[in-house]
Amino acid sequence: MTTLDVPVRNIVGDIDKPRGGALAAQVRHSVALARRSLIKTIRTPEALIDVTLQPIIFLLIFTYLFGGAITGGDRHAYLQFLLPGLLAQSLAMGGIALGQNLNADIEKGVFDRFRSLPVARSAPLVGAVVADIVRYMTVCVVMLGFGSVMGFRVETGLLPALAAVGLSIGFGLCFCWISVWVGMMVRTSGAVQGTMFLLVMPLSFGSNVFVETSTLPGWLQSFVHVNPITHLVGTIRGLLVGGPVQFHLLITLAWMAGLLAVFVPLALRAYGRRA
Amino acid sequence: MSDLVVRAEGLRKRFGKTQALDGVDLSMRRGTVLGVLGPNGAGKTTAVRVLATLLRPDEGTAEVAGIDVLKQPQRVRRRIGLTGQYASVDEDLTGTQNLVLIGQLLDLTTRDAKRRAVELLEWFDLTEAAGRPAKTYSGGMRRRLDLAASLVGHPEVIFLDEPTTGLDPAKREDMWGVVRSQVTQGASVLLTTQYLEEADALADEIVVIHHGRVIAFDTPDGLKRRVGGLTLRVRPSDPARVPDALRVLDAVAAPGTGASMDDAAGARRGAISVPVATDTAIDEALPALRRAGIEFSDLGLHLPSLDEVFHSLTESTTAPQTTAAKEDELV
Repeated sequence: MTTLDVPVRNIVGDIDKPRGGALAAQVRHSVALARRSLIKTIRTPEALIDVTLQPIIFLLIFTYLFGGAITGGDRHAYLQFLLPGLLAQSLAMGGIALGQNLNADIEKGVFDRFRSLPVARSAPLVGAVVADIVRYMTVCVVMLGFGSVMGFRVETGLLPALAAVGLSIGFGLCFCWISVWVGMMVRTSGAVQGTMFLLVMPLSFGSNVFVETSTLPGWLQSFVHVNPITHLVGTIRGLLVGGPVQFHLLITLAWMAGLLAVFVPLALRAYGRRA
Repeated sequence: MSDLVVRAEGLRKRFGKTQALDGVDLSMRRGTVLGVLGPNGAGKTTAVRVLATLLRPDEGTAEVAGIDVLKQPQRVRRRIGLTGQYASVDEDLTGTQNLVLIGQLLDLTTRDAKRRAVELLEWFDLTEAAGRPAKTYSGGMRRRLDLAASLVGHPEVIFLDEPTTGLDPAKREDMWGVVRSQVTQGASVLLTTQYLEEADALADEIVVIHHGRVIAFDTPDGLKRRVGGLTLRVRPSDPARVPDALRVLDAVAAPGTGASMDDAAGARRGAISVPVATDTAIDEALPALRRAGIEFSDLGLHLPSLDEVFHSLTESTTAPQTTAAKEDELV
């Protein structure tokens, strides 16, 4: 270790005022923390398996293994039906890793340092969520790209398809706050995964992802009708292969707003309490 | 009063059934090092977390740099640096990325944050490893990066929670050098440690915490006077020469003390203990023993161990502690 003097303070002005105002500072801090998450994602590409390989495997299994039985032989028709549904399921599952990562960060003490810095309490969480955009974009690209290799065709047009991608990413960003909250509440990152699976599995299978709602028993239909995944799938199906969109879209947007309104405050409060 | 850069009164914090802090008062003068000494689980880390705005106490008040920690935590955060007990650098980020991120969160411009990172990495001898992810660093390098991270914002008050636990002696001395240089530049440092030696080497004043209570607050010298300071221990090879050895060693004993047979049982049986003022006493003792023709099988200098400090301090505070416990039961 050298004995070089560390130069004296070079911050000028009032050190109690964040540069450019509080809001600008919060945006800047969240972006800096989002970049941190992105660097971690790039360093560990295997962490992207759940948004790349896993959706592909589901697509293959359901199309070629069950597709013929479900539709009575028309696998292409089933692919057109299935892909929008699997996209929604993959978005919901893609958020699980976020809660696990945040839980691990807290256990390692990385967040203690952030909390000892003059940043808004929400910045580390918001930063991590923003960085998750990349994962949801990956899901969309992989599903549409690999799907088209398997024969999936967009039957509407470019704009509706882009709208479907945009809505998908937006839904992913809202839904993942559940995972963030669970990540703050449970002890280990393994428990985050377990808890989230208990939630995501019934939501994605108890929906119109794999079969038409009309084929289900009545009691199950009533669950399917309130399930947010159902309406997200309905919207994406309409936007990609045609059909009514408006009803499903409105309910999906309401769910997104509701998820944010409930789980952002819950997650922030749990984060604040976690010692 | 502005001379005090840390001031805490009556801090209490309970986790479930554990009373981690049970009425802790602390004060640290500006430009000094305060050593917070205590065994594992004494409440040292909890006290630091309260002062560093990470944890709200159940009761009590605290001021850091003259600012109320509970009422204005953001203003406190602009003036402190924290290095936790577990190296809290981000393993997937490089050394540079870790430091730049903290600079950005401290509202430096990206350019200033980069410049500061380069400075600190050079100062901590990490320039060569700057571009590597921190997970490839050795334990000592991680600890240095962690310490560098707490200095990015030129903090007025630095909290170091067991900064040298697990480091080898040479690395520990490097850390001590860093702490001293920060104080020279006007910072105040509060450090927790389990090592009496470390508190002795660095601290201007020492607070001893035990079971969430302050059981002593003194200068290192004052503390040592209370628990017994440096001891020269000699074991003559021939027990028959012990009386001669006692006479010879009396001459090097600290003023007001004398050589005596160690009354402790076990390994120290048959050894002579001599309280000495400085370690130069050994330079006098050795030739004197040679001149008298006394052979010895063991000779060494010993600081009181932390165990001895606690033994000595807790013995003298046993009485009030039991009454306090009874009061708690009544309440």
